[in-house]
Amino acid sequence: MFRFILRRLLTFPLLLLAIYGGAVLLVTATPGEGLETGEKELPPEVLQQKRIAYNYDRISPVDGQIQPVPAWERYFWIWPKRLLWDGDLPAHQYEDWTVVEIMRSALPVSLQLGVLALALAVMLGIGVGVISAAQRGRWLDHVSVSLCLIGISLPTFVVGAALLIAVGLWLRAVPVGGWGRPTQALLPAITLALPYAAYIARLTRSAMLDAYAEDYIRTARAKGLPEWRVLLDHALPNALLPVLSYLGPAAAAIFTGSFVVEKIFTVPGMGTHIVESINNRDQSLILATVMVYSVFLASFNLIVDVVYGLLDPRIRVGAKAT
Amino acid sequence: MVSLCVLGAMLATCFVTLGWSAPAMRQTELSAVRQAPCPTHPLGTDELGRSLLARTLYGGAISLSLGLLAAGVAVVIGAGYGAVAGYLGGRWDAIMMRLVDILYALPYMLLVMLLTVSLGAWLERWQLVGSEWSRFIVLALAIGSVSWLTMARVIRGQVLSLREQPFVEAARALGLPTRRILLRHILPNLIGPIVVFATLTVPQAILQESFLSFLGVGVQPPQATWGSLAADGVRMLNPVRFEWWLVAFPCVALSATLLALNFVGDGLRDAFEVRSTR
Repeated sequence: MFRFILRRLLTFPLLLLAIYGGAVLLVTATPGEGLETGEKELPPEVLQQKRIAYNYDRISPVDGQIQPVPAWERYFWIWPKRLLWDGDLPAHQYEDWTVVEIMRSALPVSLQLGVLALALAVMLGIGVGVISAAQRGRWLDHVSVSLCLIGISLPTFVVGAALLIAVGLWLRAVPVGGWGRPTQALLPAITLALPYAAYIARLTRSAMLDAYAEDYIRTARAKGLPEWRVLLDHALPNALLPVLSYLGPAAAAIFTGSFVVEKIFTVPGMGTHIVESINNRDQSLILATVMVYSVFLASFNLIVDVVYGLLDPRIRVGAKAT
Repeated sequence: MVSLCVLGAMLATCFVTLGWSAPAMRQTELSAVRQAPCPTHPLGTDELGRSLLARTLYGGAISLSLGLLAAGVAVVIGAGYGAVAGYLGGRWDAIMMRLVDILYALPYMLLVMLLTVSLGAWLERWQLVGSEWSRFIVLALAIGSVSWLTMARVIRGQVLSLREQPFVEAARALGLPTRRILLRHILPNLIGPIVVFATLTVPQAILQESFLSFLGVGVQPPQATWGSLAADGVRMLNPVRFEWWLVAFPCVALSATLLALNFVGDGLRDAFEVRSTR
Protein backbone atom coordinates (compact mmCIF):
# COMPACT_ATOMS: atom_id res chain seq x y z
CA MET A 1 0.00 0.00 0.00
CA PHE A 2 2.81 2.37 0.93
CA ARG A 3 4.59 1.73 -2.35
CA PHE A 4 1.37 2.23 -4.23
CA ILE A 5 0.88 5.69 -2.73
CA LEU A 6 4.52 6.54 -3.22
CA ARG A 7 4.41 5.60 -6.89
CA ARG A 8 1.34 7.74 -7.43
CA LEU A 9 2.93 10.67 -5.62
CA LEU A 10 6.00 10.43 -7.84
CA THR A 11 4.00 10.53 -11.06
CA PHE A 12 2.01 13.49 -9.78
CA PRO A 13 4.47 16.29 -10.69
CA LEU A 14 5.16 14.68 -14.05
CA LEU A 15 1.47 14.64 -14.82
CA LEU A 16 1.06 18.27 -13.87
CA LEU A 17 4.03 19.25 -15.97
CA ALA A 18 2.55 17.42 -18.94
CA ILE A 19 -0.80 19.17 -18.51
CA TYR A 20 0.91 22.51 -18.19
CA GLY A 21 2.93 21.85 -21.32
CA GLY A 22 -0.20 20.95 -23.23
CA ALA A 23 -2.00 24.04 -21.99
CA VAL A 24 0.91 26.27 -22.98
CA LEU A 25 0.91 24.71 -26.44
CA LEU A 26 -2.80 25.36 -26.85
CA VAL A 27 -2.56 28.89 -25.53
CA THR A 28 0.36 29.84 -27.72
CA ALA A 29 -1.30 28.25 -30.75
CA THR A 30 -3.95 30.95 -30.65
CA PRO A 31 -2.83 34.06 -32.45
CA GLY A 32 -2.47 37.22 -30.41
CA GLU A 33 -1.22 37.72 -26.90
CA GLY A 34 -4.41 39.04 -25.41
CA LEU A 35 -2.87 42.44 -24.88
CA GLU A 36 -4.49 44.31 -27.74
CA THR A 37 -8.07 43.78 -26.61
CA GLY A 38 -10.54 46.61 -26.60
CA GLU A 39 -11.97 48.69 -29.38
CA LYS A 40 -9.25 51.26 -29.72
CA GLU A 41 -5.85 50.43 -31.09
CA LEU A 42 -3.29 50.99 -28.37
CA PRO A 43 -0.51 53.54 -28.96
CA PRO A 44 2.77 51.70 -29.56
CA GLU A 45 4.32 53.11 -26.39
CA VAL A 46 1.51 51.79 -24.23
CA LEU A 47 1.65 48.43 -25.96
CA GLN A 48 5.37 48.31 -25.37
CA GLN A 49 4.88 49.04 -21.69
CA LYS A 50 2.29 46.32 -21.47
CA ARG A 51 4.55 43.86 -23.25
CA ILE A 52 7.18 44.55 -20.62
CA ALA A 53 4.71 44.36 -17.75
CA TYR A 54 3.50 40.97 -18.95
CA ASN A 55 7.03 39.68 -19.63
CA TYR A 56 6.72 39.42 -23.40
CA ASP A 57 9.61 41.87 -23.65
CA ARG A 58 12.20 43.07 -21.19
CA ILE A 59 14.85 45.72 -20.91
CA SER A 60 18.20 44.09 -21.29
CA PRO A 61 20.40 44.64 -18.24
CA VAL A 62 23.46 44.82 -20.46
CA ASP A 63 22.73 47.53 -23.01
CA GLY A 64 19.34 48.89 -21.94
CA GLN A 65 17.71 47.81 -25.21
CA ILE A 66 14.26 46.24 -25.34
CA GLN A 67 14.48 42.59 -26.25
CA PRO A 68 11.88 39.82 -26.48
CA VAL A 69 11.69 37.21 -23.75
CA PRO A 70 11.96 33.63 -25.00
CA ALA A 71 8.63 31.82 -24.75
CA TRP A 72 9.93 28.94 -22.65
CA GLU A 73 11.38 31.33 -20.14
CA ARG A 74 8.13 33.28 -19.89
CA TYR A 75 5.84 30.29 -19.50
CA PHE A 76 8.09 27.98 -17.53
CA TRP A 77 10.01 30.34 -15.31
CA ILE A 78 8.88 33.95 -15.06
CA TRP A 79 5.12 33.46 -14.97
CA PRO A 80 5.07 30.52 -12.56
CA LYS A 81 7.46 32.42 -10.32
CA ARG A 82 5.38 35.58 -10.43
CA LEU A 83 2.20 33.61 -9.81
CA LEU A 84 3.39 31.39 -6.98
CA TRP A 85 6.25 33.29 -5.38
CA ASP A 86 5.58 37.00 -5.88
CA GLY A 87 1.83 36.63 -6.37
CA ASP A 88 1.76 39.65 -8.70
CA LEU A 89 1.14 38.00 -12.08
CA PRO A 90 -1.37 40.35 -13.74
CA ALA A 91 -4.41 39.07 -15.60
CA HIS A 92 -4.54 40.35 -19.16
CA GLN A 93 -8.12 41.53 -19.32
CA TYR A 94 -8.51 43.07 -15.89
CA GLU A 95 -5.57 45.36 -15.88
CA ASP A 96 -5.48 46.23 -12.21
CA TRP A 97 -6.09 42.74 -10.97
CA THR A 98 -3.57 40.03 -10.37
CA VAL A 99 -4.44 36.44 -11.08
CA VAL A 100 -4.15 35.67 -7.39
CA GLU A 101 -6.70 38.32 -6.48
CA ILE A 102 -9.21 37.04 -9.02
CA MET A 103 -8.75 33.48 -7.79
CA ARG A 104 -9.09 34.53 -4.18
CA SER A 105 -12.41 36.20 -4.81
CA ALA A 106 -13.96 33.70 -7.21
CA LEU A 107 -12.46 30.28 -6.64
CA PRO A 108 -13.87 29.64 -3.13
CA VAL A 109 -17.36 30.31 -4.44
CA SER A 110 -16.99 27.80 -7.28
CA LEU A 111 -15.40 25.21 -5.02
CA GLN A 112 -18.11 25.58 -2.36
CA LEU A 113 -20.78 25.13 -4.98
CA GLY A 114 -18.95 22.11 -6.40
CA VAL A 115 -18.42 20.41 -3.04
CA LEU A 116 -22.03 20.99 -2.09
CA ALA A 117 -23.26 19.58 -5.38
CA LEU A 118 -20.92 16.59 -5.21
CA ALA A 119 -22.08 15.72 -1.70
CA LEU A 120 -25.68 16.13 -2.74
CA ALA A 121 -25.19 13.99 -5.85
CA VAL A 122 -23.53 11.19 -3.88
CA MET A 123 -26.14 11.10 -1.13
CA LEU A 124 -29.11 11.41 -3.43
CA GLY A 125 -27.67 8.99 -5.97
CA ILE A 126 -26.82 6.25 -3.50
CA GLY A 127 -30.13 6.68 -1.70
CA VAL A 128 -32.21 6.42 -4.85
CA GLY A 129 -30.07 3.58 -6.19
CA VAL A 130 -30.44 1.51 -3.02
CA ILE A 131 -34.19 2.04 -2.83
CA SER A 132 -34.52 1.25 -6.51
CA ALA A 133 -32.53 -1.97 -6.17
CA ALA A 134 -34.45 -3.02 -3.08
CA GLN A 135 -37.73 -2.49 -4.92
CA ARG A 136 -36.54 -3.97 -8.18
CA GLY A 137 -39.27 -4.76 -10.65
CA ARG A 138 -41.90 -2.85 -8.69
CA TRP A 139 -43.34 0.51 -9.65
CA LEU A 140 -40.99 2.53 -7.43
CA ASP A 141 -38.05 1.01 -9.29
CA HIS A 142 -39.56 1.79 -12.68
CA VAL A 143 -40.29 5.36 -11.65
CA SER A 144 -36.79 5.98 -10.36
CA VAL A 145 -35.13 4.31 -13.36
CA SER A 146 -37.09 6.49 -15.76
CA LEU A 147 -36.44 9.59 -13.67
CA CYS A 148 -32.74 8.82 -13.75
CA LEU A 149 -32.73 8.52 -17.52
CA ILE A 150 -34.54 11.83 -17.80
CA GLY A 151 -32.10 13.36 -15.33
CA ILE A 152 -29.16 12.28 -17.45
CA SER A 153 -30.76 13.54 -20.64
CA LEU A 154 -31.81 17.03 -19.55
CA PRO A 155 -29.25 19.78 -19.99
CA THR A 156 -28.35 21.55 -16.75
CA PHE A 157 -29.41 24.95 -17.97
CA VAL A 158 -32.89 23.69 -18.76
CA VAL A 159 -33.33 22.21 -15.29
CA GLY A 160 -31.83 25.35 -13.81
CA ALA A 161 -34.11 27.67 -15.71
CA ALA A 162 -37.14 25.57 -14.81
CA LEU A 163 -36.22 25.61 -11.11
CA LEU A 164 -35.48 29.30 -11.30
CA ILE A 165 -38.91 30.08 -12.70
CA ALA A 166 -40.87 27.62 -10.59
CA VAL A 167 -39.23 28.01 -7.20
CA GLY A 168 -37.74 31.45 -7.54
CA LEU A 169 -40.32 33.44 -9.47
CA TRP A 170 -43.62 31.70 -8.86
CA LEU A 171 -43.22 30.40 -5.34
CA ARG A 172 -40.77 33.12 -4.36
CA ALA A 173 -39.29 30.63 -1.94
CA VAL A 174 -35.62 31.41 -2.47
CA PRO A 175 -33.61 34.24 -4.02
CA VAL A 176 -33.10 33.75 -7.75
CA GLY A 177 -29.46 34.68 -7.85
CA GLY A 178 -26.39 35.87 -6.05
CA TRP A 179 -24.28 34.18 -3.47
CA GLY A 180 -23.56 34.34 0.23
CA ARG A 181 -26.66 33.10 2.00
CA PRO A 182 -27.43 29.38 2.33
CA THR A 183 -30.75 29.78 0.54
CA GLN A 184 -28.93 31.20 -2.45
CA ALA A 185 -26.80 28.09 -2.71
CA LEU A 186 -29.76 25.73 -2.70
CA LEU A 187 -31.01 25.96 -6.28
CA PRO A 188 -27.59 26.05 -7.96
CA ALA A 189 -26.38 23.06 -5.96
CA ILE A 190 -29.49 21.02 -6.73
CA THR A 191 -29.31 21.90 -10.41
CA LEU A 192 -25.67 20.98 -10.62
CA ALA A 193 -26.10 17.77 -8.66
CA LEU A 194 -29.10 16.28 -10.45
CA PRO A 195 -27.52 14.70 -13.56
CA TYR A 196 -24.71 13.17 -11.53
CA ALA A 197 -27.11 11.99 -8.85
CA ALA A 198 -29.01 10.25 -11.62
CA TYR A 199 -25.85 8.64 -12.95
CA ILE A 200 -24.73 7.53 -9.50
CA ALA A 201 -28.19 6.13 -8.82
CA ARG A 202 -27.93 4.01 -11.98
CA LEU A 203 -24.47 2.84 -11.00
CA THR A 204 -25.54 1.98 -7.47
CA ARG A 205 -28.62 0.16 -8.66
CA SER A 206 -26.80 -2.06 -11.14
CA ALA A 207 -23.97 -2.72 -8.69
CA MET A 208 -26.51 -3.65 -6.01
CA LEU A 209 -28.24 -6.02 -8.40
CA ASP A 210 -24.88 -7.61 -9.22
CA ALA A 211 -24.16 -7.98 -5.54
CA TYR A 212 -27.53 -9.64 -4.97
CA ALA A 213 -26.50 -12.42 -7.30
CA GLU A 214 -23.48 -13.29 -5.14
CA ASP A 215 -23.26 -16.28 -2.84
CA TYR A 216 -22.57 -14.25 0.28
CA ILE A 217 -25.97 -12.61 0.00
CA ARG A 218 -27.59 -16.02 -0.08
CA THR A 219 -25.53 -16.94 2.98
CA ALA A 220 -26.62 -13.79 4.76
CA ARG A 221 -30.23 -14.51 3.97
CA ALA A 222 -29.81 -18.12 5.05
CA LYS A 223 -28.52 -16.89 8.39
CA GLY A 224 -31.92 -15.34 8.81
CA LEU A 225 -30.80 -11.73 8.75
CA PRO A 226 -33.57 -9.20 8.24
CA GLU A 227 -33.73 -7.98 4.65
CA TRP A 228 -32.62 -4.43 5.45
CA ARG A 229 -29.45 -5.71 7.11
CA VAL A 230 -28.68 -7.90 4.12
CA LEU A 231 -29.16 -4.81 2.01
CA LEU A 232 -27.15 -2.30 4.01
CA ASP A 233 -24.46 -4.45 5.64
CA HIS A 234 -23.70 -6.97 2.93
CA ALA A 235 -24.78 -5.72 -0.48
CA LEU A 236 -24.17 -1.98 -0.15
CA PRO A 237 -20.47 -1.93 0.84
CA ASN A 238 -19.57 -3.92 -2.24
CA ALA A 239 -21.89 -1.92 -4.45
CA LEU A 240 -20.17 1.28 -3.39
CA LEU A 241 -16.90 0.44 -5.11
CA PRO A 242 -17.99 1.40 -8.64
CA VAL A 243 -19.50 4.58 -7.21
CA LEU A 244 -16.21 5.37 -5.55
CA SER A 245 -14.29 4.93 -8.78
CA TYR A 246 -16.78 7.19 -10.54
CA LEU A 247 -16.12 9.97 -8.05
CA GLY A 248 -13.02 11.18 -9.87
CA PRO A 249 -14.71 11.74 -13.23
CA ALA A 250 -17.80 13.04 -11.45
CA ALA A 251 -15.77 15.63 -9.59
CA ALA A 252 -14.11 16.73 -12.81
CA ALA A 253 -17.48 17.13 -14.48
CA ILE A 254 -19.15 18.84 -11.53
CA PHE A 255 -16.44 21.36 -10.80
CA THR A 256 -16.20 22.43 -14.41
CA GLY A 257 -19.94 22.02 -14.96
CA SER A 258 -20.52 24.63 -12.32
CA PHE A 259 -19.61 27.33 -14.87
CA VAL A 260 -22.95 26.80 -16.58
CA VAL A 261 -24.89 26.83 -13.34
CA GLU A 262 -23.06 29.92 -12.16
CA LYS A 263 -24.17 31.71 -15.26
CA ILE A 264 -27.85 30.83 -14.77
CA PHE A 265 -27.95 31.82 -11.12
CA THR A 266 -25.48 34.71 -11.42
CA VAL A 267 -23.13 33.17 -8.91
CA PRO A 268 -19.88 35.16 -8.77
CA GLY A 269 -17.60 32.16 -9.30
CA MET A 270 -14.86 31.27 -11.75
CA GLY A 271 -17.28 30.64 -14.62
CA THR A 272 -17.47 34.11 -16.11
CA HIS A 273 -13.76 34.73 -15.64
CA ILE A 274 -12.91 31.54 -17.47
CA VAL A 275 -15.18 32.13 -20.44
CA GLU A 276 -13.99 35.71 -20.78
CA SER A 277 -10.36 34.79 -20.42
CA ILE A 278 -10.61 32.10 -23.07
CA ASN A 279 -12.49 34.35 -25.46
CA ASN A 280 -9.99 37.17 -24.95
CA ARG A 281 -6.93 34.89 -25.03
CA ASP A 282 -6.03 36.03 -21.56
CA GLN A 283 -3.00 33.78 -21.36
CA SER A 284 -2.02 34.22 -17.73
CA LEU A 285 -5.50 33.66 -16.33
CA ILE A 286 -6.18 30.67 -18.64
CA LEU A 287 -2.99 28.90 -17.66
CA ALA A 288 -3.47 29.59 -13.98
CA THR A 289 -7.06 28.37 -14.02
CA VAL A 290 -6.27 25.21 -15.93
CA MET A 291 -3.50 24.43 -13.50
CA VAL A 292 -5.51 25.16 -10.37
CA TYR A 293 -8.30 22.89 -11.55
CA SER A 294 -5.88 20.18 -12.65
CA VAL A 295 -4.04 20.19 -9.34
CA PHE A 296 -7.30 20.12 -7.45
CA LEU A 297 -8.86 17.32 -9.46
CA ALA A 298 -5.68 15.27 -9.66
CA SER A 299 -5.23 15.37 -5.90
CA PHE A 300 -8.88 14.51 -5.43
CA ASN A 301 -8.37 11.54 -7.70
CA LEU A 302 -5.30 10.52 -5.77
CA ILE A 303 -7.27 10.50 -2.54
CA VAL A 304 -10.06 8.49 -4.15
CA ASP A 305 -7.52 5.97 -5.41
CA VAL A 306 -5.94 5.61 -1.99
CA VAL A 307 -9.33 5.12 -0.35
CA TYR A 308 -10.20 2.60 -3.02
CA GLY A 309 -6.97 0.75 -2.34
CA LEU A 310 -7.77 0.69 1.37
CA LEU A 311 -11.25 -0.66 0.78
CA ASP A 312 -10.45 -3.17 -1.92
CA PRO A 313 -7.33 -5.24 -1.25
CA ARG A 314 -7.33 -6.58 -4.81
CA ILE A 315 -6.17 -3.23 -6.15
CA ARG A 316 -3.14 -3.13 -3.87
CA VAL A 317 -1.49 -6.08 -5.55
CA GLY A 318 -0.82 -3.95 -8.60
CA ALA A 319 -2.15 -3.15 -12.01
CA LYS A 320 -2.31 -6.84 -12.89
CA ALA A 321 -5.45 -7.46 -10.90
CA THR A 322 -7.51 -4.94 -12.81
CA MET B 1 -38.68 0.40 -29.69
CA VAL B 2 -40.68 3.56 -29.15
CA SER B 3 -37.50 5.49 -28.68
CA LEU B 4 -36.12 4.09 -31.91
CA CYS B 5 -39.19 5.48 -33.68
CA VAL B 6 -38.79 8.85 -31.95
CA LEU B 7 -35.18 8.92 -32.99
CA GLY B 8 -35.95 7.94 -36.57
CA ALA B 9 -38.70 10.52 -36.83
CA MET B 10 -36.49 13.22 -35.39
CA LEU B 11 -33.61 12.41 -37.74
CA ALA B 12 -35.89 12.22 -40.75
CA THR B 13 -37.74 15.48 -40.11
CA CYS B 14 -34.59 17.41 -39.33
CA PHE B 15 -32.65 16.27 -42.36
CA VAL B 16 -35.48 16.04 -44.91
CA THR B 17 -36.65 19.59 -44.23
CA LEU B 18 -33.12 20.93 -44.40
CA GLY B 19 -33.77 22.28 -47.88
CA TRP B 20 -36.51 24.52 -46.54
CA SER B 21 -35.19 25.26 -43.07
CA ALA B 22 -31.65 26.26 -44.01
CA PRO B 23 -32.71 29.43 -45.87
CA ALA B 24 -35.79 29.99 -43.71
CA MET B 25 -33.85 30.06 -40.46
CA ARG B 26 -32.03 33.18 -41.58
CA GLN B 27 -35.09 35.01 -42.81
CA THR B 28 -35.91 37.85 -40.48
CA GLU B 29 -39.33 39.35 -40.33
CA LEU B 30 -39.22 42.48 -38.25
CA SER B 31 -42.98 42.94 -38.28
CA ALA B 32 -43.39 39.68 -36.42
CA VAL B 33 -40.87 39.84 -33.62
CA ARG B 34 -41.21 37.62 -30.55
CA GLN B 35 -44.54 36.21 -31.54
CA ALA B 36 -46.12 33.44 -29.55
CA PRO B 37 -47.02 30.31 -31.50
CA CYS B 38 -49.81 31.04 -34.00
CA PRO B 39 -50.96 29.54 -37.33
CA THR B 40 -48.45 31.47 -39.46
CA HIS B 41 -45.55 30.79 -37.11
CA PRO B 42 -46.30 27.37 -35.62
CA LEU B 43 -43.62 27.60 -32.97
CA GLY B 44 -43.43 31.37 -32.64
CA THR B 45 -40.59 33.70 -33.60
CA ASP B 46 -37.46 34.98 -31.92
CA GLU B 47 -36.26 38.51 -31.29
CA LEU B 48 -35.41 39.04 -34.98
CA GLY B 49 -38.67 37.55 -36.23
CA ARG B 50 -37.06 34.36 -37.41
CA SER B 51 -39.32 31.34 -37.49
CA LEU B 52 -38.53 29.12 -34.55
CA LEU B 53 -39.82 26.09 -36.43
CA ALA B 54 -37.20 26.51 -39.11
CA ARG B 55 -34.53 27.26 -36.54
CA THR B 56 -35.40 24.26 -34.43
CA LEU B 57 -35.39 21.92 -37.40
CA TYR B 58 -32.13 23.32 -38.71
CA GLY B 59 -30.58 23.34 -35.26
CA GLY B 60 -31.57 19.73 -34.88
CA ALA B 61 -29.77 18.77 -38.05
CA ILE B 62 -26.65 20.58 -36.87
CA SER B 63 -26.84 19.16 -33.35
CA LEU B 64 -27.31 15.63 -34.56
CA SER B 65 -24.56 15.76 -37.14
CA LEU B 66 -22.24 17.36 -34.60
CA GLY B 67 -23.03 14.58 -32.16
CA LEU B 68 -22.44 11.91 -34.79
CA LEU B 69 -19.19 13.47 -35.93
CA ALA B 70 -17.89 13.82 -32.38
CA ALA B 71 -18.91 10.25 -31.59
CA GLY B 72 -17.11 9.16 -34.77
CA VAL B 73 -13.93 10.87 -33.63
CA ALA B 74 -14.29 9.36 -30.16
CA VAL B 75 -14.84 5.89 -31.62
CA VAL B 76 -11.79 6.07 -33.85
CA ILE B 77 -9.49 7.26 -31.08
CA GLY B 78 -11.04 5.15 -28.33
CA ALA B 79 -11.32 1.91 -30.25
CA GLY B 80 -7.83 2.29 -31.68
CA TYR B 81 -6.28 3.09 -28.34
CA GLY B 82 -8.19 0.41 -26.47
CA ALA B 83 -7.51 -2.26 -29.06
CA VAL B 84 -3.77 -1.54 -29.13
CA ALA B 85 -3.55 -1.46 -25.32
CA GLY B 86 -5.50 -4.66 -24.96
CA TYR B 87 -3.64 -6.49 -27.70
CA LEU B 88 -0.15 -5.53 -26.60
CA GLY B 89 -1.00 -6.31 -22.97
CA GLY B 90 1.52 -6.41 -20.17
CA ARG B 91 3.53 -3.33 -19.41
CA TRP B 92 2.27 -1.29 -22.37
CA ASP B 93 -1.27 -2.03 -21.41
CA ALA B 94 -0.60 -0.94 -17.83
CA ILE B 95 0.99 2.33 -18.93
CA MET B 96 -1.67 3.15 -21.51
CA MET B 97 -4.48 2.44 -19.10
CA ARG B 98 -2.88 4.47 -16.31
CA LEU B 99 -2.88 7.35 -18.75
CA VAL B 100 -6.59 6.89 -19.34
CA ASP B 101 -7.23 6.84 -15.59
CA ILE B 102 -5.34 10.09 -15.28
CA LEU B 103 -7.10 11.73 -18.20
CA TYR B 104 -10.43 10.85 -16.63
CA ALA B 105 -9.89 13.45 -13.96
CA LEU B 106 -9.02 16.43 -16.11
CA PRO B 107 -11.12 19.56 -16.29
CA TYR B 108 -12.63 18.73 -19.67
CA MET B 109 -14.85 21.69 -20.09
CA LEU B 110 -11.78 23.91 -19.81
CA LEU B 111 -9.84 21.82 -22.28
CA VAL B 112 -12.66 21.71 -24.79
CA MET B 113 -13.06 25.48 -24.60
CA LEU B 114 -9.36 25.96 -25.03
CA LEU B 115 -9.20 23.49 -27.90
CA THR B 116 -12.18 25.07 -29.59
CA VAL B 117 -10.77 28.55 -29.51
CA SER B 118 -7.24 27.64 -30.50
CA LEU B 119 -8.14 25.13 -33.22
CA GLY B 120 -10.73 27.55 -34.52
CA ALA B 121 -8.11 30.24 -34.82
CA TRP B 122 -5.92 27.90 -36.84
CA LEU B 123 -8.71 26.92 -39.18
CA GLU B 124 -9.61 30.52 -39.73
CA ARG B 125 -6.04 31.42 -40.46
CA TRP B 126 -5.77 28.75 -43.11
CA GLN B 127 -9.16 29.70 -44.55
CA LEU B 128 -9.99 26.09 -45.29
CA VAL B 129 -13.67 26.54 -44.62
CA GLY B 130 -15.98 29.43 -43.94
CA SER B 131 -15.78 30.79 -40.42
CA GLU B 132 -19.32 29.64 -39.70
CA TRP B 133 -18.43 26.04 -40.38
CA SER B 134 -15.00 26.10 -38.84
CA ARG B 135 -16.56 26.40 -35.40
CA PHE B 136 -18.77 23.42 -36.11
CA ILE B 137 -15.89 21.22 -37.20
CA VAL B 138 -13.68 22.37 -34.37
CA LEU B 139 -16.37 21.72 -31.79
CA ALA B 140 -16.94 18.21 -33.08
CA LEU B 141 -13.20 17.51 -33.07
CA ALA B 142 -12.67 18.98 -29.63
CA ILE B 143 -15.61 17.18 -28.02
CA GLY B 144 -14.73 13.94 -29.77
CA SER B 145 -11.12 14.11 -28.69
CA VAL B 146 -12.01 14.28 -25.00
CA SER B 147 -14.79 11.69 -24.91
CA TRP B 148 -13.00 8.55 -26.03
CA LEU B 149 -11.90 7.39 -22.59
CA THR B 150 -14.81 5.12 -21.69
CA MET B 151 -14.68 3.67 -25.17
CA ALA B 152 -11.00 2.85 -24.79
CA ARG B 153 -11.61 1.12 -21.46
CA VAL B 154 -14.42 -1.05 -22.73
CA ILE B 155 -12.66 -2.00 -25.96
CA ARG B 156 -9.49 -2.85 -24.10
CA GLY B 157 -11.41 -5.16 -21.80
CA GLN B 158 -12.97 -6.91 -24.78
CA VAL B 159 -9.70 -7.24 -26.63
CA LEU B 160 -8.03 -8.71 -23.57
CA SER B 161 -10.45 -11.61 -23.68
CA LEU B 162 -10.52 -11.82 -27.48
CA ARG B 163 -6.77 -12.17 -27.88
CA GLU B 164 -6.81 -15.43 -25.97
CA GLN B 165 -9.31 -16.92 -28.43
CA PRO B 166 -8.11 -19.66 -30.79
CA PHE B 167 -8.80 -17.73 -33.98
CA VAL B 168 -6.44 -14.96 -32.96
CA GLU B 169 -3.80 -17.49 -32.12
CA ALA B 170 -4.36 -19.09 -35.51
CA ALA B 171 -3.91 -15.73 -37.21
CA ARG B 172 -0.73 -15.17 -35.24
CA ALA B 173 0.49 -18.64 -36.16
CA LEU B 174 -0.02 -17.75 -39.83
CA GLY B 175 2.49 -14.98 -39.26
CA LEU B 176 0.13 -12.11 -39.96
CA PRO B 177 1.35 -8.68 -38.95
CA THR B 178 -0.14 -7.20 -35.77
CA ARG B 179 -1.91 -4.44 -37.65
CA ARG B 180 -3.71 -6.92 -39.83
CA ILE B 181 -4.74 -9.09 -36.90
CA LEU B 182 -6.15 -6.06 -35.14
CA LEU B 183 -8.02 -4.71 -38.14
CA ARG B 184 -9.25 -7.85 -39.82
CA HIS B 185 -9.68 -10.33 -36.99
CA ILE B 186 -10.28 -8.44 -33.78
CA LEU B 187 -12.08 -5.32 -34.91
CA PRO B 188 -15.06 -7.12 -36.53
CA ASN B 189 -15.71 -8.82 -33.20
CA LEU B 190 -15.90 -5.49 -31.45
CA ILE B 191 -18.76 -4.06 -33.49
CA GLY B 192 -21.22 -4.66 -30.66
CA PRO B 193 -19.57 -2.61 -27.93
CA ILE B 194 -18.49 0.00 -30.45
CA VAL B 195 -22.06 0.56 -31.58
CA VAL B 196 -23.29 0.68 -27.99
CA PHE B 197 -20.79 3.27 -26.89
CA ALA B 198 -21.10 5.30 -30.03
CA THR B 199 -24.82 5.51 -29.33
CA LEU B 200 -24.14 6.62 -25.77
CA THR B 201 -21.50 9.13 -26.86
CA VAL B 202 -23.78 10.97 -29.27
CA PRO B 203 -26.08 12.37 -26.55
CA GLN B 204 -23.06 13.24 -24.42
CA ALA B 205 -21.56 15.19 -27.28
CA ILE B 206 -24.80 17.01 -28.01
CA LEU B 207 -25.13 17.86 -24.34
CA GLN B 208 -21.56 19.16 -24.15
CA GLU B 209 -22.07 21.30 -27.21
CA SER B 210 -25.17 22.79 -25.66
CA PHE B 211 -23.21 23.71 -22.52
CA LEU B 212 -20.56 25.37 -24.60
CA SER B 213 -23.17 27.26 -26.60
CA PHE B 214 -24.74 28.37 -23.36
CA LEU B 215 -21.43 29.73 -22.17
CA GLY B 216 -20.91 31.46 -25.49
CA VAL B 217 -18.09 29.28 -26.77
CA GLY B 218 -20.26 27.08 -29.00
CA VAL B 219 -21.41 27.60 -32.56
CA GLN B 220 -21.44 31.19 -33.73
CA PRO B 221 -24.70 32.89 -34.65
CA PRO B 222 -26.41 32.84 -37.17
CA GLN B 223 -25.62 29.13 -36.90
CA ALA B 224 -27.93 27.40 -34.51
CA THR B 225 -28.08 24.15 -32.61
CA TRP B 226 -30.68 22.95 -30.15
CA GLY B 227 -28.28 23.81 -27.42
CA SER B 228 -27.65 27.34 -28.61
CA LEU B 229 -31.36 27.95 -29.26
CA ALA B 230 -32.29 26.79 -25.80
CA ALA B 231 -29.45 28.81 -24.35
CA ASP B 232 -30.62 31.93 -26.18
CA GLY B 233 -34.11 31.27 -24.92
CA VAL B 234 -32.94 30.89 -21.34
CA ARG B 235 -30.98 34.09 -21.65
CA MET B 236 -34.11 35.92 -22.83
CA LEU B 237 -36.13 34.74 -19.86
CA ASN B 238 -37.38 37.51 -17.62
CA PRO B 239 -40.34 37.96 -15.35
CA VAL B 240 -41.82 40.79 -17.40
CA ARG B 241 -42.29 39.13 -20.78
CA PHE B 242 -42.46 35.42 -20.56
CA GLU B 243 -41.37 34.04 -23.93
CA TRP B 244 -41.71 30.39 -23.02
CA TRP B 245 -41.74 29.09 -26.57
CA LEU B 246 -38.15 30.16 -27.16
CA VAL B 247 -37.05 27.79 -24.41
CA ALA B 248 -39.68 25.12 -24.57
CA PHE B 249 -39.51 23.87 -28.16
CA PRO B 250 -35.74 23.51 -28.56
CA CYS B 251 -35.59 21.95 -25.10
CA VAL B 252 -38.33 19.47 -25.82
CA ALA B 253 -36.69 18.47 -29.09
CA LEU B 254 -33.28 18.22 -27.45
CA SER B 255 -34.46 16.29 -24.42
CA ALA B 256 -36.63 13.92 -26.43
CA THR B 257 -33.72 13.09 -28.72
CA LEU B 258 -31.25 12.65 -25.90
CA LEU B 259 -33.72 10.49 -24.02
CA ALA B 260 -34.32 8.36 -27.10
CA LEU B 261 -30.59 8.01 -27.76
CA ASN B 262 -29.89 7.03 -24.15
CA PHE B 263 -32.75 4.55 -24.22
CA VAL B 264 -31.54 2.96 -27.43
CA GLY B 265 -27.99 2.85 -26.07
CA ASP B 266 -29.13 1.18 -22.86
CA GLY B 267 -31.21 -1.30 -24.78
CA LEU B 268 -28.33 -2.14 -27.09
CA ARG B 269 -26.02 -2.55 -24.12
CA ASP B 270 -28.38 -4.94 -22.41
CA ALA B 271 -28.80 -6.84 -25.65
CA PHE B 272 -25.07 -7.19 -26.23
CA GLU B 273 -24.18 -7.91 -22.64
CA VAL B 274 -26.09 -11.16 -22.86
CA ARG B 275 -23.53 -12.34 -25.36
CA SER B 276 -20.44 -10.93 -23.73
CA THR B 277 -21.00 -12.62 -20.37
CA ARG B 278 -20.35 -16.12 -21.66
